[in-house]
Amino acid sequence: MAAIVKPQTTVLTDPMMPVPYRILRVRRETKDTFTFELHSVTGERFPFAPGQFNMLYLFGVGEVPISISGDPAHPEVLVHTVRVVGTVTKALCRLKRGDILGVRGPFGSSWPVAEAVGDDIVIVAGGVGLAPLRPAIYHLLNHRGDYGRVALLYGARTPGDMLYTDELVEWRGRFDIQVEVTVDAARPDEWQGNVGVVTTLIPRAHFDPHHVTALVCGPEIMMRFTILELQKRGLRDDQIYISMERNMKCAVGFCGHCQYGPHFVCKDGPVFRFDRVREIFGKREI
Amino acid sequence: MDTLERLLSEHPFFKDLDPRYIQLIAGCAREVTFKAGEFIFREGDPSSHFWLIRSGKISLEVFAPGRGPIMIETLGDGDVMGWSWAVPPYRKQYDARALELTRALEFDAMCIRGKCDEEPKLGYELFKRFSQIIGQRLQATRLRLLDLYGSHS
Amino acid sequence: MIGERVIVERQDFQKLLDALRQKGYVTVGPTVRDRAIIYDEIASVEDLPIGWTDEQDGGKYRLKRRADQALFGYVVGPHSWKKFLHPPVLSLWKARKNGKGFEITPNRDEPPRYAFIGVRSCELHAIFIQDRVFTNGKFVDPHYQARRRNVFIVAVNCVQAGGTCFCVSMKTGPKATAGFDLALTEILDGQRHYFVVEVGTTLGAEILQRVPTKPAQPRDLQIADERVAQAAQQMGRQLDTTDIKELLYRNLEHPRWDEVATRCLNCTNCTMVCPTCFCTTVEDVTDLTGAEAERVRKWDSCFTMDFSYIHGGSVRASAKSRYRQWLTHKLASWIDQFGTSGCVGCGRCITWCPVAIDITEEVRAIRESEQSKA
Repeated sequence: MAAIVKPQTTVLTDPMMPVPYRILRVRRETKDTFTFELHSVTGERFPFAPGQFNMLYLFGVGEVPISISGDPAHPEVLVHTVRVVGTVTKALCRLKRGDILGVRGPFGSSWPVAEAVGDDIVIVAGGVGLAPLRPAIYHLLNHRGDYGRVALLYGARTPGDMLYTDELVEWRGRFDIQVEVTVDAARPDEWQGNVGVVTTLIPRAHFDPHHVTALVCGPEIMMRFTILELQKRGLRDDQIYISMERNMKCAVGFCGHCQYGPHFVCKDGPVFRFDRVREIFGKREI
Repeated sequence: MDTLERLLSEHPFFKDLDPRYIQLIAGCAREVTFKAGEFIFREGDPSSHFWLIRSGKISLEVFAPGRGPIMIETLGDGDVMGWSWAVPPYRKQYDARALELTRALEFDAMCIRGKCDEEPKLGYELFKRFSQIIGQRLQATRLRLLDLYGSHS
Repeated sequence: MIGERVIVERQDFQKLLDALRQKGYVTVGPTVRDRAIIYDEIASVEDLPIGWTDEQDGGKYRLKRRADQALFGYVVGPHSWKKFLHPPVLSLWKARKNGKGFEITPNRDEPPRYAFIGVRSCELHAIFIQDRVFTNGKFVDPHYQARRRNVFIVAVNCVQAGGTCFCVSMKTGPKATAGFDLALTEILDGQRHYFVVEVGTTLGAEILQRVPTKPAQPRDLQIADERVAQAAQQMGRQLDTTDIKELLYRNLEHPRWDEVATRCLNCTNCTMVCPTCFCTTVEDVTDLTGAEAERVRKWDSCFTMDFSYIHGGSVRASAKSRYRQWLTHKLASWIDQFGTSGCVGCGRCITWCPVAIDITEEVRAIRESEQSKA
């Protein structure tokens, strides 16, 4: 039976109310990461901007903020890639096709795919950071003519920890996108590609530093060193965009948990233009 | 100018090196090609050479008992391979295997060391460049030590 | 009528409460409980802390008997009006399992229509500050708005300052200037005991019609203005707010934070008593059968260990970083976020800190260390 939300008698729409979504498909990406394709129980589409996130609710267990990782040109399917890191994500990753979870969103700022029209684009993803970037990649490829050179640089722990391997092969096979992948360590029988930290791919990426926008997502340390390498290639701080992560309870700027200096990561982020957070980025315990 | 000298002066590693020194070290260099799968050196080999990779990909590997060979780094176009020639005990710490057809410039370490003894300033120039390489490799290795993408919960 | 000032005699004060209750308001105001003056429902004048005053200093709060029978002869205690507008515990919704799915029922309880009796000017500003947080942004908190919309405010102008007050520094008092329905200044002058009442809104004027009033004489107004001005001279603390945002932003690594960290217990008292602190958490709970779930919102504090927890650990793991977060948020980043300071100078955080940490002193220490280097 479908989930029903009773209509409120009080006036305002409450951004704290999850809406039911049914799992259409679960795909195991790695040993601890799963991608879910969801459909609204009432058949609604879910338009969103690349980089935004939802709060996913598991009945009686809790809620977690998860980036949307699907194609913004296909709002009839809602896609989320979830990594098991705690209680809620562990329970979430046990769900099967047909199970229902609650969705609130979309929240947050987005990758500057409109502002970057006309630029070269360099995307640097680390680990599960590829998931919030995938909608931007889809958008760029769907509007390929609007952009100059496109380079995707992806670093993962081992070949077994890579996300979206089919799509990486597909993208690499195209003639209009440069795809470079590296892992921290590998066995020679499973891997013929690069081994080394993702920053080593940056000197080899093809782009014009005067007309480029960089989209970076991954662990904070990885982003910090990536930014250094991009700056060495001549990028200014206002050409670099990062995605930050903080504890979230409400996702609407009321609970105070996601504060990052003066910014609320849920409202002012998670995507930030680097020059706007440069002063606090890398400061300890901010 | 000799082809080898031209190749050397074009390579970023030797940028701004006095053409006289380029000439000197060109005398210690030759072009080499490695087939895919070929080992360039094995762990424990004496460090008698270093290479400038012109094109291709080489994997540095370590053999861990019980785990088999593990790739710890790949080097590609434009990379410098081998710095242990400059540091005692002058022994290779890893296996180096070509993953694809690789063309490189190979330098005889004994020859280079000899030239540096004659011209200490050349030694200083090479030292500056190699310490940068070692520094970058160390930095990159430390980052991987952090296991950034690992689950830390 | 708005802006007009009239006199209400002490013996007629009860009629003000009655008028409000007759109109369906739940009157809440100061009352003595557990040796402190807190805010709770009051029905009669007798519930007020008649003849009491508070002695406050860093880490100290004591009630003392006054020589007179003033109704409002104290300043502020551990409660603030946020306990009514932004409840400490609130059920947001309930969910019931339904096959594979679930059914959500939002909390549809009608909040009471409150009349706040005895709101100090600093507290009025605190309410405005929370208005900006909850109703002026991209999202609106419907629970706050539902409670705030119907509130009737009877403000009280302070005629004596508290031991830790610094509303003058923060430009939030002692005189209430806007945002109230009625504002009272209590005057005890020889044998006379009366209130100068300023009308703030037509709603205030309506309520006042059910209370006997007299026109205010120039002398009455003069005494009232003088007493309030006097309070402004008695401030217990002072905070220099010149460029305070820039001052704190450029001193995030100042050694003073390490120093205060040796004292701060991270007990969260300051956030609980602060009238503008608004952080909350949510708890998703189920009943024993697992068939029903509820989401409950509760007050939270940035001083707790896992306030900033993300997989693997807390971003602010050290006590120092959490104190720094609270103070820089309150006095600096709040300005970037909401356009005003987050502090109203009520002094509660100083009074209720068990180790008497004083934010005015902390800011002074940082500011002075810069000047001595210059």
